[in-house]
Amino acid sequence: MPRTGVFICHCGTNIAGTVDIEKTVKASRSFPGVVHADDYRYLCSEMGQDIIKNAIKDNNLDRVVVGTCSPRMHEQTFRKAASEAGLNPYMVEVANIREHCSWVHRNMDEATPKAVALVRAAAAKAALNDPLEAPAIEVEKRALVIGGGIAGIQTALDIAEAGYVVDLVEREPSIGGRMAQLEKTFPTLDCSACILTPKMVEAAQHPNINLITYSEVEEVKGFVGQFDVKIRQKARSIDPVKCTGCGICYEKCPAKAPSEFEMGRAKRKAIYVPFPQAVPNIPVIDRENCLYFKKGRCQICAKECPPQAVDYEQQDEILERRYGVIVVATGFDQLDPSIYGEYGYGQHPDILTGLEFERLFNASGPTAGKVVRLSDGKPPKKVVFIQCVGSRDKARGMNYCSKICCMYTAKQALLLKEKLPDAKSYVFYIDVRTAGKGYEEFQRRAAEEYDVAYLRGQVGKIFPENDYLVVRGVDSLSGKTIEINADMVVLAAAAIARSDATELGRIVGINSDSYKFFNEAHPKLKPVETHTAGIFIAGACQAPKDIPDTVAQAGAAAVKAIGLLSKELLKGEACTAEVNQAECSGCLYCEAVCPYNAINPVEIEERYHGGTLQRTVAEVNPSLCQGCGSCTVICRSGSINLRGFTNEQILAEVDAICLQR
Amino acid sequence: MSTALNETKANWEPLIVAFCCTWCSYAGGDLAGTSRMSYPSNVKVIRVPCSGRMNPMFVLRAFQRGADGVLVAGCHPGDCHYTTGNYHGRRRLSAFKKLVEFAGFEPERFEVRWISSSEGDKFAEEMETITEKIKALGPNRKMRDARWQSVT
Repeated sequence: MPRTGVFICHCGTNIAGTVDIEKTVKASRSFPGVVHADDYRYLCSEMGQDIIKNAIKDNNLDRVVVGTCSPRMHEQTFRKAASEAGLNPYMVEVANIREHCSWVHRNMDEATPKAVALVRAAAAKAALNDPLEAPAIEVEKRALVIGGGIAGIQTALDIAEAGYVVDLVEREPSIGGRMAQLEKTFPTLDCSACILTPKMVEAAQHPNINLITYSEVEEVKGFVGQFDVKIRQKARSIDPVKCTGCGICYEKCPAKAPSEFEMGRAKRKAIYVPFPQAVPNIPVIDRENCLYFKKGRCQICAKECPPQAVDYEQQDEILERRYGVIVVATGFDQLDPSIYGEYGYGQHPDILTGLEFERLFNASGPTAGKVVRLSDGKPPKKVVFIQCVGSRDKARGMNYCSKICCMYTAKQALLLKEKLPDAKSYVFYIDVRTAGKGYEEFQRRAAEEYDVAYLRGQVGKIFPENDYLVVRGVDSLSGKTIEINADMVVLAAAAIARSDATELGRIVGINSDSYKFFNEAHPKLKPVETHTAGIFIAGACQAPKDIPDTVAQAGAAAVKAIGLLSKELLKGEACTAEVNQAECSGCLYCEAVCPYNAINPVEIEERYHGGTLQRTVAEVNPSLCQGCGSCTVICRSGSINLRGFTNEQILAEVDAICLQR
Repeated sequence: MSTALNETKANWEPLIVAFCCTWCSYAGGDLAGTSRMSYPSNVKVIRVPCSGRMNPMFVLRAFQRGADGVLVAGCHPGDCHYTTGNYHGRRRLSAFKKLVEFAGFEPERFEVRWISSSEGDKFAEEMETITEKIKALGPNRKMRDARWQSVT
């Protein structure tokens, strides 16, 4: 007979407020196998854990059931406490009477019987628990960082500095990401390139960092410590060893295409580097627009290239590497505001997004740093900024705040005034949100010293008239309709998840929130971890973020990655499948459903009618098995079971829960 | 014979067992809690590693033991923590649902839903919906084994 101890936590009033603790403890005493029941105000505290440890010793307990918060929160805490008292940690079961009970039910009459049922189920399961041992996994001392923006660069640098080899994979021909597109950064007005390019160069030159640009991750298999990754290195059509980065090829190239880096607001050549400070400074040939690839003629770049680095025959290459940890830092996209017909984006060249307007300030941007209208090249006199285009829009399911727009709009209005002292800026806003060190001061300065008119309200229509754009909106403070004859309109388009974020999430094995941003493991306490061990996230792929937050998160992800890489062995999953080989018929359906290739056929010898018989049966490799349990269900003879979630345990829980009446 | 079978509809409250995968739906349930959403206490959750772990036997057992409704919730197709577990779960459980119907049992008592870890609101909504539905259907008389209650 098991000797189970039940411990009910008050969690202050979080549980005790709606669950009658005394009744629950009393009821627990009557459950089969329970020899001890107690409660405490905060079981997760040191005092609370001591109560459990002492009770284990005093009452010779061999199983522990805690009625507390979610096992996702504190299961580890209580397992650790139990093992410190000499119990196998897997003899602990958690009844979630907070998230699944006291917090979702309002009155005691409802919540108390449910809490009792949940504790009864946990006790019934615990009675069938077996001591488990987690297998040890070797750690591959190499990290993969996906995404070469500031988040990825910072993560890679931090991991590399700690002495581990990092592969930094970037989809574009150059690292740099969104930050490379910016002219100045708020609130200090540092030149973005001036603070970013040294980091890009440092990453490229660091002995522990391998830049793998113009490449994409295609497949991730395995698990923490041993991820097997396939990376497609797209054909650059340039031999990176021979290329000196002189730039003659793209000077001479006759074919043009819209520049992705300039969001299509300027042209680039078919052979190109995305921007002058690109790292690595090695061009790529865009085969869709290259005349040679399209028509089989031209080859000017190859003829002009002094070191003869152009190689039209180059093919995509697949790199197969093993990594201990993966950090995903793939950043964000900007919403295409043309879905908002009233703003007329895409129908007039002087209606820009924030990022496009930013490029006008940049010396290498579409206007060579002159802030002028793209329609006629004249400097604008009146510029209207519209906030929250696609953010905080419940009607379109974009409920969130993009976080960076209020600040970059203030920055752009300020920069505009510095460049064109005669220009006047108007900002239509819902709320001005400037939380952050020095942010409020900066926005105030823009509004007060740089004569930026902030108008609370929304714009209903923008349409061209004569040579200006009529912006018609409502000032919700005065209730008056406002009409501004603007020369330019800048839309603060929402920061959205990358269009292929979901796909990458599937490849890597992490999930996304309802806006397709990657989910962290815990919104407060595990901001860079994901639910998949060994995979971390950093930067704006998790949620819209400014540069300081991104860099901080990148550092945090790097520390977590280093923590794992510094271990020789990791503890694997203890709840793994096991085969009862005496009953296994060797059909190997289980082998087919296993997503980890953890099940293999083995030959066993059996005694049969006095002789011996050779038979094929299934065997589980516990260091590969991740414990999903799919094999247990497909097994026709019912001879596979999942440790920690055995058929018997789950059925016992069902029985216990249904006992309620 | 248990008195339960003779209960009048007026004071009858359904019992619903929800099997939730630990990575998505169980976490969605946690989020419903941390967001202080509310749903009927008729629903009681059993945590399983994956919807692919769901043996139809567990569902049958719940009905035999008197559950009036059973819900299995897992990660959205494509978002499985174990890559493919919920695809296996989806196929098995939809076949099972057909079988339940073929056997003459109300298939509405058994549902499969996809709830992600960020969908606390959806979790609460689904629990509300299934409770209402089962309340309208009335008690599970066909599959419940009355002998079991009297033994225990």
